[in-house]
Amino acid sequence: MKNLLRLIALAAVLASGAARAQYTDGIIKIGVMNDMSGTYKDLSGQGSVLAARMAVEDFGAAAKGMKVEIVGADHQNKPDVGSNVVRTWIDTDKVDVIVDVPTSSVALAVNEIVRDKNKVFLVSGAAASDLTGPQCTPNTIHWTYDTWALANGTGKAIVKTGGDTWFFITANYAFGLALERDTAAVVVKNGGKVLGQVRHPFPATDFSSFLLQAQASKAKVIGLANAGADTINSIKQASEFGIVQGGQSLAGLLVFITDVKSLGLQIAQGLVLTEAWYWDQNDANREFAKKFAAQNNGIYPSMVHAGVYSAVTHYLKAVEALKSDADGKAVVAKMKEMPTNDKLFGQGTVRADGRKIHPMYLFEVKKPSESKGPWDLYKLRATIPADEAFRPLSEGGCPLVNKS
Amino acid sequence: MSAREQELILFELLGITPQALFGQLLIGLINGSFYALLSLGLAVIFGMLNIINFTHGAQYMLGAFAAFFLLEYAGLGYWWALIFAPVLVGITGVIIERLFLQWLYKLDHLYGLLLTFGLALIIEGTFRNFFGSSGLPYSVPSQLQGGQNLGFMFLPNYRGWVVVFSLAVCLTTWFVIERTRLGAYLRAATENPTLVRAFGINVPRMITLTYGFGVALAALAGVMAAPIYSVSPQMGSNLIIVVFAVVVIGGMGSIMGAIVTGFGLGLIEGLTKVFFPEASNTVIFIVMAIVLLIRPAGLFGRTA
Repeated sequence: MKNLLRLIALAAVLASGAARAQYTDGIIKIGVMNDMSGTYKDLSGQGSVLAARMAVEDFGAAAKGMKVEIVGADHQNKPDVGSNVVRTWIDTDKVDVIVDVPTSSVALAVNEIVRDKNKVFLVSGAAASDLTGPQCTPNTIHWTYDTWALANGTGKAIVKTGGDTWFFITANYAFGLALERDTAAVVVKNGGKVLGQVRHPFPATDFSSFLLQAQASKAKVIGLANAGADTINSIKQASEFGIVQGGQSLAGLLVFITDVKSLGLQIAQGLVLTEAWYWDQNDANREFAKKFAAQNNGIYPSMVHAGVYSAVTHYLKAVEALKSDADGKAVVAKMKEMPTNDKLFGQGTVRADGRKIHPMYLFEVKKPSESKGPWDLYKLRATIPADEAFRPLSEGGCPLVNKS
Repeated sequence: MSAREQELILFELLGITPQALFGQLLIGLINGSFYALLSLGLAVIFGMLNIINFTHGAQYMLGAFAAFFLLEYAGLGYWWALIFAPVLVGITGVIIERLFLQWLYKLDHLYGLLLTFGLALIIEGTFRNFFGSSGLPYSVPSQLQGGQNLGFMFLPNYRGWVVVFSLAVCLTTWFVIERTRLGAYLRAATENPTLVRAFGINVPRMITLTYGFGVALAALAGVMAAPIYSVSPQMGSNLIIVVFAVVVIGGMGSIMGAIVTGFGLGLIEGLTKVFFPEASNTVIFIVMAIVLLIRPAGLFGRTA
């Protein structure tokens, strides 16, 4: 018995030693890049670095002999800044995996670089469904949500309850345009009509002019195809201009929990939105959220943070199974092969086009009287099952899919 | 064809109803009143102190935050904030002037610019660290909630108040500086401080108070913005570049120039949002480039 134990211990040491030798420069280096100073800071920012660190700790990387290092950077929502950071990270700092990257225009730029350098790109913050469509690569996994899923969740629910004419207020860049396109498709498919749209510069402060145009369109629903501070300002100013009292309703197509918090329930109540994850859904989420908030100035995790946690966990599992992080394509292939399972997102899969599959949830923002705490903001309206939540594999136009 | 018919055809060609156009012009005027109020403060500071105050955006943000704090911790609502927030932020301005700016008047403009720019980054970074970037809620005062149906558009009462109040503040400031004895002292002190001092006037104190006043104007604009834009650390940096363009177009240091261009550019921007919304954040800089080509000193500027 004693000998057996000794043997196992020896084998473990040898195995971990062998494994370590395979990792590029001996370290698995995770680069978390996002907006650390601007409009998307609260929903991604340092919180995503924290989520990645929590994932590494919970995975027990150190005990398994895997040396993991996390670095963070601010891309300022600029594709050129983001591209430079990623090139430096990969070429000189030996970063193996890029994580998060909100702002679709930046994510699309990073997507290309990571493919060229054969590393791994795990997208949590960005939304454009093109990342698993025409722009899909064997090195990228789109984890948390995408514009198609948002459109499908919120758009369908609203058209089905009578909101059949739409006007879009759209942020004029990759993300806003993709979100508008995907939502318009859902509206039309479900028998609705799009009456018009206006595209505002990103970021913008004053939306009154755009809201007035939306008001004049007489559409029943004003779809906000923007995010972060842009959405907050749109909703705030819509309430000022009496849009909702005038009989039109607002559809926030991408609203994060931090946005609702900033708006306050008084203004945000009744808003219907789609999210991949909410902290108050089960005990595991609540426990994670409390631990997270304690280290994040009391700000609760968004679905982007939870997605980073889940993605990093699955990445480490794949690297552990392969005992190597050198070949980005091989790691992603392994991640697609293994079913996902972590405490925040439960069980799921990664599809051939790089789309992570899990259920999505349709929430409604609570009335002030229903809320029992500062972060008690949503009630569940519907669960969109995993097999309906994302764009069918055949419709995305991803070249990887046609090959097989 | 009557003039009325011609008018209708014109609007049809533009692809917009006259109602919508009036609505957009009014919106432009409202935004213009923020530009005017902010560029006024900048013009006062540049005209009197020769300092390019890059902290202005941060001070505007401080005004909005001061309003938020007054409500949250002292229970003082919007109307009190309109008085106290500018005073409090103005005092911080006085401190900045005494500690830093007073040593820079004799040096090149660049030093003042760098100092104030650095201060702005520090202030904004500090606030971002403690309050995040999503912004804090602040609601429209109960007396000004609701709005008027003007026939061509729904005008929120609060926006109407913003236009009227900021116009009043702008014109009062212009009057005080250009038409009163106090203003004459100020202008004289900028031209020739030694001579004015010889008349027994405390020039340094006057300059300090002028800076405090300019900063208070920024804070006032911040309080007025709090209910309609979210109170967030980066609210000033989004606006400051546009406001600088306004000041440059109006002519650095020209009070009337700042007011007129502020409102005027609000209108131009409003029209762009209708006809070519994608360009609405660049149009001001196009105007700036054209003005600088034709009149390098700005529309109302005096060439030295």
